[in-house]
Amino acid sequence: MSFLRLTAATATALLFGYVFAGCSNSPRAVNAASVKAGKDRKEAPDFTLKDGDGKVVHLADYKGKVVLLDFWATWCGPCKVEIPWFMEMQRKNKDRGFEVLGVAMDDEGWEVVKPYIAKIGVNYRILAGNDMTAQAYGGVDALPTTFLIDRTGKIAAVHVGLASKKDFEDGIEELLKDGAPGEGGITVDHDRAVVPNAGSAK
Amino acid sequence: MCLTLAAQSNGHLKVGAAPKVAGKRGDALEAKIPLMVDPGFHVNSNTPSDETLIPLSVTWKSAGALEGGKVTYPKPSFEKYAGLEKPLSVFTGNFDVVAHFKVAANAPAGPGVAVGQVKYQACNSNTCFPPKVAEISVPYSVK
Repeated sequence: MSFLRLTAATATALLFGYVFAGCSNSPRAVNAASVKAGKDRKEAPDFTLKDGDGKVVHLADYKGKVVLLDFWATWCGPCKVEIPWFMEMQRKNKDRGFEVLGVAMDDEGWEVVKPYIAKIGVNYRILAGNDMTAQAYGGVDALPTTFLIDRTGKIAAVHVGLASKKDFEDGIEELLKDGAPGEGGITVDHDRAVVPNAGSAK
Repeated sequence: MCLTLAAQSNGHLKVGAAPKVAGKRGDALEAKIPLMVDPGFHVNSNTPSDETLIPLSVTWKSAGALEGGKVTYPKPSFEKYAGLEKPLSVFTGNFDVVAHFKVAANAPAGPGVAVGQVKYQACNSNTCFPPKVAEISVPYSVK
């Protein structure tokens, strides 16, 4: 499964109507929405992916829960920083209607993914990603890319690149708290999220 | 020659033009292939710190009248990135890989081009990008 060619910046712009891509060769900090107001949230695309046991999984199976959908790969260092956080969040919040889903984008698939998740004892469901799902989520050319999806199946936040643990915790807490989309506007993380240069990622 | 103008861009690493090499049958030749990593980015070295990381590697598809092609990579730097326990073995900035050829004993006189590819995987401090492959070429002349 090879990656699609849309940049993460383009993807995010398409999904959320924000254009924050630059033209320099350097990574740049961007205003990444933490949790969007309910009225601004878009439907999260449904997908059909398989887990490590070959079981078919749809995002729709998780309607009614808050979902953290993490696109990652075994070759991605920043992804490996976040995975232990997500394990902790899964442990803390699984009884409150929260699930983490990891979508592994390794070309080699389970051959490399299974040993890795076994080694670190991932406690949430890992799915084998594919082009169709990546395209539905805007290309996902940069990893990690993580979506927070509310109980109604709408995308409440997206983080491109290594974000802060607190941002995830706050976002999850806000979505779990009221069950309904919040109206609190957008929280901006100026420092942590990075979007690749839209012109150079192919 | 302006490397920037001659370079092929592919993701966050560019391949510069390798200078032409020349020799007689049986001669050993060295070809320096310039590679340039975008500022703020790194690629894994040929010997990454972790088995799951994808090394930079050069392979030859068609060496023409040249034989061998074993590649010498530069010494990597070890850089620490936020959240990772171990420093990563990486290449940054501009560097050369050197390909070692021998002109074949039966090589016809004249020009040719050895063609290969470099596979790499680039990241910055927060984000990683899918593995990519860029074409490399070494022009040569058999005297």
